[in-house]
Amino acid sequence: MKRVVITGAGTVNALGLSVPATMEAMREGRCGISELNFRDVDRLAIKIGGQVHNWDAENRFNRQQIALYDRFTQFTLHAAKEAIGQSGLTFIGELAATSGVILGTSGGGLTTQDENYRVVYEEGKNRVHPFVVPKLMNNAACSHVSMEYNLKGPSFTVATACASSNHAMGQAFNMIRCGMATAMVTGGSESMLCFGGVKAWEGLRVMSKDACRPFSLNRNGMVQGEGATVFVFEDYDYAKARGADILAEVIGFAMTSDASDIVMPSKQGAARAISGAMKDAKINAEDIGYINAHGTGTAANDKTECAAVADALGHHADKVMMSSTKSMHGHLIGGTGAVELLACIMALRDGVIAPTINYEEPDPECALDVVPNEARDVPVDVVLSNAFAFGGLNAVLALRKAA
Amino acid sequence: MAENVKDKVIAIIAEQAVLDESDVSMDQSLEALGIDSLGLVESIFAIEEAFDITVPFNANEPEQSEFDISSVASIVAAVEKLVAEQTA
Repeated sequence: MKRVVITGAGTVNALGLSVPATMEAMREGRCGISELNFRDVDRLAIKIGGQVHNWDAENRFNRQQIALYDRFTQFTLHAAKEAIGQSGLTFIGELAATSGVILGTSGGGLTTQDENYRVVYEEGKNRVHPFVVPKLMNNAACSHVSMEYNLKGPSFTVATACASSNHAMGQAFNMIRCGMATAMVTGGSESMLCFGGVKAWEGLRVMSKDACRPFSLNRNGMVQGEGATVFVFEDYDYAKARGADILAEVIGFAMTSDASDIVMPSKQGAARAISGAMKDAKINAEDIGYINAHGTGTAANDKTECAAVADALGHHADKVMMSSTKSMHGHLIGGTGAVELLACIMALRDGVIAPTINYEEPDPECALDVVPNEARDVPVDVVLSNAFAFGGLNAVLALRKAA
Repeated sequence: MAENVKDKVIAIIAEQAVLDESDVSMDQSLEALGIDSLGLVESIFAIEEAFDITVPFNANEPEQSEFDISSVASIVAAVEKLVAEQTA
């Protein structure tokens, strides 16, 4: 089987418009969550989110592009540019034919849907823009990346709610590992911060009105974020031969289904995914230095996740560092595993463990080292990244420091 | 008015629990009636729609909510209070 490495990363999220800016914010434990700013926000009960500020699409894309690019596609293209630029790859000939794009998203072009439903229902118009369908479809971002960079191999979009990105990256990993692809552009994107998007989430009554405080006893719910993070996964031999800078190695992946409840997480399902990733990566619990938690800041997730980690890692759970960067960038839903993989790369490459900010009170049901409030300088060799979705679909990735 | 609130709340809870209204007693908890966390959120939504009120309830901290959901009686009392506040 082929080894798989990461040779490029790009992002836009509430913490920054690039990977260096995002990692700097994670190191400093900065919070990107702020007052939401979009039409009809005054009619929402939840008024905070990890919104991307100063995006200014008109200065980034021309009129024809904006007619086709929903915000989630815009974010994806921005992140893909940084990632592919860093990788140094140019997709032509055989490389183009054997390289593809697999991205995660949950809502796809939700902002486009929201705006156009408003036009026909609220404003009573009988006509919408001709490109509404190609703009809102979940695979729009994937297709535009493939067109922009001439990626002609296996390409599709994965939608598994909050685990979409991890499932997408897991597919990309396995495709290279089994020799189906040379390089894969992968990650995820989400842009649900519009009136309809937040209104729908309000209904579940799991959102916090003031802050995302994962693992803290006084946590009171999740806070949504938006943005995209894209990586270039590449066949190790190919990357090595061309002298590419390797950011990290992807060494394992596992996915499980709880098969139990549409919203409540299951300890067993999560633990099986964590153990599965360890087995796939051929690592022991003691090898793991850091876990990027799913850590949504809801009562249910955080205690279930801690119990699952304790189950899967045994005694080593008391030593491992585990943080939730959602406290800083919010929950990017279908894009969240991708932005969180940046914290994993930072841990492996720079030896900096991103903190769980807003941590105020210990919770006996979350009694792990959650790296409260301040980043820590600790070199680590192996990390995991957890994602557990509504619907009970779990996906965990394992990464190792570049050798 | 008070009877009306009680009857409507019981009707909503009974529908959610798939029971006859006569089988819902005031001292029962929603759990005892077989209503889970999703059923609770749906019941609160139905109550908000029926009385045109906003119920302060966060599933992450039900015990800290001003809206007491410990029994059918406490829910009726909380709804009566919210309805009274709204008409005041």
